[in-house]
Parts: sequence; structure tokens; C-alpha cells
Amino acid sequence: MRLPCPICGERDIREFYYQGADVALNRPAPDAGDDAWQDYVYLRDNQPGEHRDLWQHESGCGSWIVVSRNTVTHEVSGAKLAKEIKRAKA
Amino acid sequence: MRVAGKGQIDQSTPISFTFDGIQYRGFAGDTVASALLANDIRLMARSFKYHRPRGVLTAGSEEPNALMTVGRDGATDPNVRATVQEIYEGLELRSQNAWPSLEYDVMAVNDLASPFLGAGFYYKTFMWPRAFWERVYEPIIRRAAGLGALSGKKQSDKYERAYAHCDVLVIGAGPTGLMAALRAAKSGADVILADEDSVMGGRLNSESFEVDGQAGADWAAGIVAQLGEMNNVRLMTRTTVAGVYDQGTFGALERVNHHTSVRDGKAPLETFWRIVAKQSILAAGAIERPIAFQNNDRPGIMTAGAVRSYLNRWGVAPGKAITVFANNDDAHRTAMDMQAAGVHVAAVIDSRSNVQALGDYTLIKGAQVCGTTGRKGLETITVRSSAGTQSISTDCLAMSGGWNPTVHLTCHMNGRPMWREDIASFVPTEGTIPNMTVAGACNGDFSTHACLGTGLEAAAKAVTALGKTPVEIDTPQAEDTAYKMEPFWAVPGKGRAWVDFQNDVSVKDVKQAAVENFRSVEHMKRYTTQGMATDQGKNSNVTALALLADATGRGIPETGTTTFRPPYSPIAMAAFGAGAEGKGFAPERKTTSHVATIEDGAPMMEAGLWYRPSYFPIKGEKTWRQSCDREVGYVRNAVGVCDVSTLGKIDIQGPDAAELLDFVYTNMFSSLKVGRVRYGLMLREDGYVMDDGTTARLSETHFVMTTTTAAAGAVMRHLEFVTQVLRPELDVRLMSVTEQWAQFAVAGPQSRELLNGLLDQTLDNETWPFMACGDVSISGVQGRLFRISFSGEHAYEIAVPARYGDSLFRTLTAKATKMGGGSYGVEALNVLRIEKGFITHAEIHGRVTAFDIGMGRMISAKKDCIGKTMAARDGLLDEDRERLMGFKPVGAVKQLTAGAHLYNEGDEATAEFDNGYLTSVAFSPTLGHFMALGFVRGGPERLGDRLRMVDHMRQIETIVEVCDPVVFDPKGERTRG
Repeated sequence: MRLPCPICGERDIREFYYQGADVALNRPAPDAGDDAWQDYVYLRDNQPGEHRDLWQHESGCGSWIVVSRNTVTHEVSGAKLAKEIKRAKA
Repeated sequence: MRVAGKGQIDQSTPISFTFDGIQYRGFAGDTVASALLANDIRLMARSFKYHRPRGVLTAGSEEPNALMTVGRDGATDPNVRATVQEIYEGLELRSQNAWPSLEYDVMAVNDLASPFLGAGFYYKTFMWPRAFWERVYEPIIRRAAGLGALSGKKQSDKYERAYAHCDVLVIGAGPTGLMAALRAAKSGADVILADEDSVMGGRLNSESFEVDGQAGADWAAGIVAQLGEMNNVRLMTRTTVAGVYDQGTFGALERVNHHTSVRDGKAPLETFWRIVAKQSILAAGAIERPIAFQNNDRPGIMTAGAVRSYLNRWGVAPGKAITVFANNDDAHRTAMDMQAAGVHVAAVIDSRSNVQALGDYTLIKGAQVCGTTGRKGLETITVRSSAGTQSISTDCLAMSGGWNPTVHLTCHMNGRPMWREDIASFVPTEGTIPNMTVAGACNGDFSTHACLGTGLEAAAKAVTALGKTPVEIDTPQAEDTAYKMEPFWAVPGKGRAWVDFQNDVSVKDVKQAAVENFRSVEHMKRYTTQGMATDQGKNSNVTALALLADATGRGIPETGTTTFRPPYSPIAMAAFGAGAEGKGFAPERKTTSHVATIEDGAPMMEAGLWYRPSYFPIKGEKTWRQSCDREVGYVRNAVGVCDVSTLGKIDIQGPDAAELLDFVYTNMFSSLKVGRVRYGLMLREDGYVMDDGTTARLSETHFVMTTTTAAAGAVMRHLEFVTQVLRPELDVRLMSVTEQWAQFAVAGPQSRELLNGLLDQTLDNETWPFMACGDVSISGVQGRLFRISFSGEHAYEIAVPARYGDSLFRTLTAKATKMGGGSYGVEALNVLRIEKGFITHAEIHGRVTAFDIGMGRMISAKKDCIGKTMAARDGLLDEDRERLMGFKPVGAVKQLTAGAHLYNEGDEATAEFDNGYLTSVAFSPTLGHFMALGFVRGGPERLGDRLRMVDHMRQIETIVEVCDPVVFDPKGERTRG
């Protein structure tokens, strides 16, 4: 499997570290309440199909990226820098 | 025997080899199978279960019978297919699964017992008594049944792995693959053409067909030569593409050196390739299927196509009187080719009634072979037709039940093949592998003309998808005979008719499975073992399905196939794991003091990928404890030196550096003064402890963080995560500098004195108090000094650029030795920190909170930080949680062990009464007894309590008293002094 690092181009999966769903981008406020924090830290939908998850190009440029891929077909449809997604939201 | 004037191999180069100690001669280009057949050897192996005498069935990698062992000791290679192994001078082969010999195998008694050994026999027979299964039944079965055996010795052959990328990967170099590769290459694509055979050309080398007026094999050689001259083509012979994976990735095994005797360690025996291709063309051909009839497994009975291969390619007639039994026209060509070569054809038996002979041979229509004789080699066949039953003398029966397209690779990504009624076989479903085009016989197009044509079309498709224009190439002239066959799977009748030769599965076994309600094809496979082992049912799957469909009253499409998984043909584990054994298993990280440490005779231990000294033995010391105790004494009484470079060091710079640290550490760092160091605790977002360490502030905007050795990578990743994903607005940059700085602990009451004799400046307690840091100069070399302590003593850590590490370590050690101290290893380091109650990842093992380790108050109330919210959950602040304490032995047994559990006195030592456990244990030479850190329910509330310590693993039990984790110098006076 290869992932398209926005900085380095297509690279072998062994260069990447896998974290999990891109939910991690949306850290709740400290006072958001138990439910919001429970959702953020523990709960994941994990439906088969389109996923957006966080990977780090750890053995490459170090970028954290959000990869769009399909867990049924294994198709990787793209990747963006997490930093840019976060900035665009702000 | 050889047939004069036939074959394509070089009959001027004789080669001798041995099989079971007997020498045979063949020629360059022979496989073991062709050479043995040329020597009139038909018996080559014993079957898996019944030890029935077997010869070759095929002429390719699908061979189920003729498996042998090559080589000895560490170079032993079992289950080598005689049809794949090429001969070379001195090649030694041994038969397997036979004792005392292939000729007289006592285990053949199984064959007589076959009525009791049918499908599922072991599920039924060995039920009782239960304990007998593992000790009695299984060893007996394992000894009686099986294939070749491994040597049990260390692998001595060299294996490699390699990587390749291309535009178009063409799999199979028969007529289809050759045309596809030629067109793709001429259109400018970067092409890899891979074929499992030693010679490219596929069936063209086995048939008497002509292409463009040339002999097929010559035409193929011409195309291969053309391809070989092109820079954008890589030809890979002896290379089996064995697996298809995501994103156009293919696994392929190249048998680099199996065909030579050279074992000089230069070329590997095999190379496992990962090939990434933008487009692929599958031209894998087809495999002929046998017909099931009674005793259809005698040596001398083989597929019709294999018989033609032996004649046309290797110039070998597998018998003197050939018979053919088939349900299709194609097999009749075996009779034609044999006659043309001057070999006697006794008869052609065709199951179809409406069929014409293609030449001048005896054709028995609407007939079946219903029995054979000849224990170790075929002697006669019995033929049944409307005219009655007759016996025919023959020593080679060429059988054909039709051809099965080699669809396997198209199923590796969960695709299922489709049933095609007209050819009574499965073909690939389009689109099951992204960017793969299937062409030729593996797509059900069997004529040479169709293969050549669809190969060209497939190339056009692939090239167009690459954005290139396919060049025009005319389809060469070749035979275009229609494939005429009528499905015919098994001859009805009594006796055992073999379906799966490799696993000794008969028609009866498949029917038995259905009767016992193992009706799903996957259940039938597991119940009968049909389709398992090295050939994975390549010869038997479709026939077994057809029989199952018949037995269950369903159609074949509804019955479906079992799942084809990689690898297509067997791959040695040594090839998969090439480069990953021994030193290749993991990288080794060595500190700058490694050489000096080894010179001192210190045994090394692994800390992650790092190598660190356990202790530094001196003359007269017999145990590690003696060395360790002495080294602890250095630090407590004089001065010790220890390489601490393995701790993670992260350089953090930028206007927002302090804000970042405030966010990742529980405690405050923005308030830290320049030139000072602070201990920090880091949580995960779920509120549990992630790591700890000290961070030094070198300037307003410049910090150096240290992490534990174990978590260096994880912390770096975490900081990147925080700065990129959570707080991208922070203006801060991070860099791991672990390997750039060599850092040494100089610890003990005389540490300042030692440094004052080394640095270009003088240290005193006012300018360099505890937790001070700053730049220093050592003989002109710029370094950094941190007054921090992991031992509880007055101590420093001194860091220099890594290139000075070796020199500084030697200098420090020499000075320390003169002062009555010296270097100390990880064992002493551990004792020193346990005496002081300092934690490592033995304590912060991922399931403890700041509260648990007594650092709950380090979570600053003034700011948010990672993990703060979740750490405040009620359950994580329960006084009754297992919390960090110290422990000392007070019972008769004085030894404590890490991992032992704690119970209240009087309670049973079982899980329900568990009260905690010990995490770190050391013998403290300072205190004269064992000390431990661990977790006990209630923590500080239990101070002074006596508990039972039970180590169930080591059978050690004692009484411990709960004490403060810090037992040595609890006020820290020595550290600050």
C-alpha cells in the first residue's frame, strides 16, 4: 500500500504511522462536557466504506496527513495536510 | 525415452544427476521430470495419505505428484516439483514420504486400510479418549501422512528481496503475453514481462503449431530476442507472479539460482520481488484437468498436454504405446504428434459419441477408461463402450477433461470467477483487479490466433490508459481451431477414482462430504482436504466442484469456488523473510560510547533499538550483582559516569515554544526561567500518563526536552501531532536531536570536582544550583550542562556534539576512576533510581494516571493541557485505586520480584483478592536489602501495612511492608548539596 504524501509524493506505507479517524482534529473545549469528551476520545463509527484518517509520514517529512480511503475497496482517493484542514476550519 | 530429432533442448550437452543415489543422464534444458522420463523412470513419488506409487501428472508448476527433496542440511529444499526443477551437473534428489524406499514403502499399508481412512476419518475415529489426540493419534498421523520434511537446521542458502516499478507488468510469456509485451513496449511503456518457466513462449514450446510460418517455439524466441534488445523492457524468467495486492502491487518469486550448482553466496537462491505496476496484463494461460476414473493415478498416466510438452519440448516419449482418453478435440493432437514422431499410439478413447478422428489412429467413441493395471507403472487400461469392455496394453495414458483458465490472480482481491458453460470452466470476472486486463487462454480464448490477438488488444488498452498511443501490430498467422469439448468429469463405477492427486481425495470422498451435509464448497474442501497443499487444487478444483454440484443437485455456478489466495504457487518462508533474519531483523542503534564500553568488557542489553551497557565488570567479580553493587557505590560515595544519550532529545524553538509546552505538559513551563530545567509530566488525551522527563530553557524561545528512551519516538510524534493537528496556529518548530548530542550523567558527591577539572570554567552552587542549565566549554568544544539527577545525588548531565562523545566518555571515565569512581551501567542506574522512587515506563506503563503515581497535583489548575479533562473523571481519582508506593521485605524470604502480586495477609493468592503488584525491584546495596516500587490498592493509606507478596511464576512468596516510594534521602539534601 502506498499513500500520497502532499509534501513527498506517493510513498510506501512502511514510512507512515497510523493514528485513526480524523475526529482527532476536533478537540472539544475543556468544558464541553463528558459526552463530548467521551465521543472524542473513545467513540468511533467504523463503518465500512469511505474513511478519513490521520497518518503521519513519520519516516519522511513528519507531516500529519488526513488520508481519504475506502476500507471496502482499499482505494486511496487522496490526502491533505492536517494542518491545512485545521487552518481552513479556523 | 528420447525421440530422435524431437525437442528444443540442446542434446549435445549431457548432464548427470542423482535420484535416490542412482545416477541418471539428461541434457541442458531438461527438468527432473523430463530427464527421468527420458530414462524410463515413471515412479517418482508416494502419495500423501495412502502412499500410492505416483509419477508425473503434468509438465508445469501445478504438479501435484512428483515432489522431491533437493539438497542436504541447511540447504534442504523439500517438496520441489520435478516438473519445475531444472537439472544441473551434480544435482542430488531424494524421494520423500516413503520408507524404507520409494520402491518398497511400508506405509503403503495405508492403501489397504483405505476403507477406514476416507474423508473425515480422523474426525470420527480419534474422538476418544480425548487426551489421546495430542499424544497418540496426532503423532501417528503426522508420521504416516505428509510431504517432504525440513532439515531443522539453520538455513544456509541466501535469499533476497527486491523492488521494481513499471508501467505495464505482463504476467505470462506465452503467445498472449509476448504480443502484449511487444506492443506495450513498442508503444513506449516501461514493461516487465514475467514468466515462471525458464524459457519464454508458454505452450508454443510444447505444441507443434506454427506462427507466421515458423515453428511456434522459434517464433517465440524471435519475439523474446526483440524484447530483450529494448531498453524499456525487463524480461524475468523463472519468476512466478504469486500474489496481487492493492494499488497495482504484485508479489513475485524469482528462482534465481535453483538451476545451477553455484552456491558461492553471491547470487541468491531466490529473490522475492515486490513489483508496482500502473497497468497489468494477465496472460497466465490455462491448466488441463484430468478425468476421474478408477486407478487413474498410476505412474504413466498424465495430462494430454503434458505428454505433448515432453515430446515437443524435451524430445521425450513418456511411453512406447500411448493411449489418449479425452472429452475434447484438443487432446487428439497428442496422438497426432506422437504418431508424427514415430511413437505407437494404441488407441484414442473419447467420451463423446459424435467425434471424428483427426488422423490415422484407432478411435473408440462414446467410451470410457474404467480401470487400469500396473502397480508401479501403467500396464493396461480397461475401456468400456457400447461394444463392451476391452483391455488395451499401454504404458502411457494421456488424459484430458478440458482446460481450466488460470484465474487465480484475478481472485486475490476478493474477486469471484464466472462460470462459462461453453468451455465448462471458470473465467475471470472483469474488473476484479483494478487496472488489470485479462487476455488469452486465462480468459477462455484457447486458440493460438485468439491468444495473439487478445494479447495485442490488452496491450492497446493498457497503453491507452497510460496516456500513450498504441502502435499498430498485425496479428500473426496461427491456428484458430474451435475448442470442441463436452463436459465429462468422472467415470462412474466402483473403486477409487482420484480427483485430487496431491491429497488422495477420490470421487467417493467428495460424495461422502455431500452426504454428511458438508455441502458448501468451503466445507467440502476442509472435510476432504481437496484443494490443499502445494498445488492448491490447480488440477482438481473444477472437477471437485462439478462432482459436488452433481451430488447436491445444484448447478456449478451456484456451488461456486473456494477462495484463491496468494501465493499462486509455494514460496519458501526464507524468501518472504529474506533480509529480516539475524542482523537484518531490526536496526541497531549504538551510542558514541559503544566502542569504549565494549573495550571495557561490558555486556550490552537492548533498550528498544539501542544497545546500552548492563554493567562494567572488573577482575575478580563473578556475578553481575557484584559489579552493580560496586557501581552504585561509585555514585553514592564518589562519582560515576553513565551514557544517557539514548534518552530522547527534542529541540523546540519559536515564539510559542513555551505555550506548546504548557499544553503538552501537565505543569507550567512558561514560568520556567532561562537557564533552568524543570521536570514535566505528559498525559495522553485519555488522562493516563504518557511520558515524563526534564525540559531545559536555553532562551526565551528555545527549549530542549528530554523524553524516556522508550517513548522518544512516540513523544516526538505526539508533539508533531499537537503542533500540526491541534494547534497549528502555534509558531514553533520541532526537531529530534537525540543522535546529534552525546550526553553523559556525571553523578555523585564528587561530580562537581570532576567537572571542574574538565570544563573551561568553574562550577559552584550559587551559579550552578540544582536544576540549572547552560552552555559550557570543554577544551574549547561547545557543550551544554544540565544539573539534573536521576540518582538522587549531586549530579550533572553533560552534552557535546556526537562527534566528541567517544572522547568525552573516555575522559570522564578516566577522571572518575582516578577519583575512586568509574562508569556505571543500566543495572546500577536502575538501583539508584529505585532507591529514590523515580519512575520509568515500568511504572508509567500506560494504565496509570498522575493521581496513581502521586503526581495529581502536577496537573496545573491554571491552564488546559492534553489529558486534563479526562484525568478529572471520578473513577480516576478514587482513593482506592492501585497507587504507587515503595515496598520492603519483612518476612523470612528477603527476595522481591518484579511482577509479583500483593494480597492481604490471610487472603488466598487469587485474582479476586488481588491488591496490587510490584513493578520495579532491586537489591539496594546502600540499604542492604531488596527494595521495590509497585502499586497497591489505597496507596498512601496503606503506609506501614504488611502484605503477602506472591510470585506465581517463580514460586516465591514473602511478606512486604508498604513504605514511602522514596527511601533514600527523602528530603533530597544530597541532590542539592
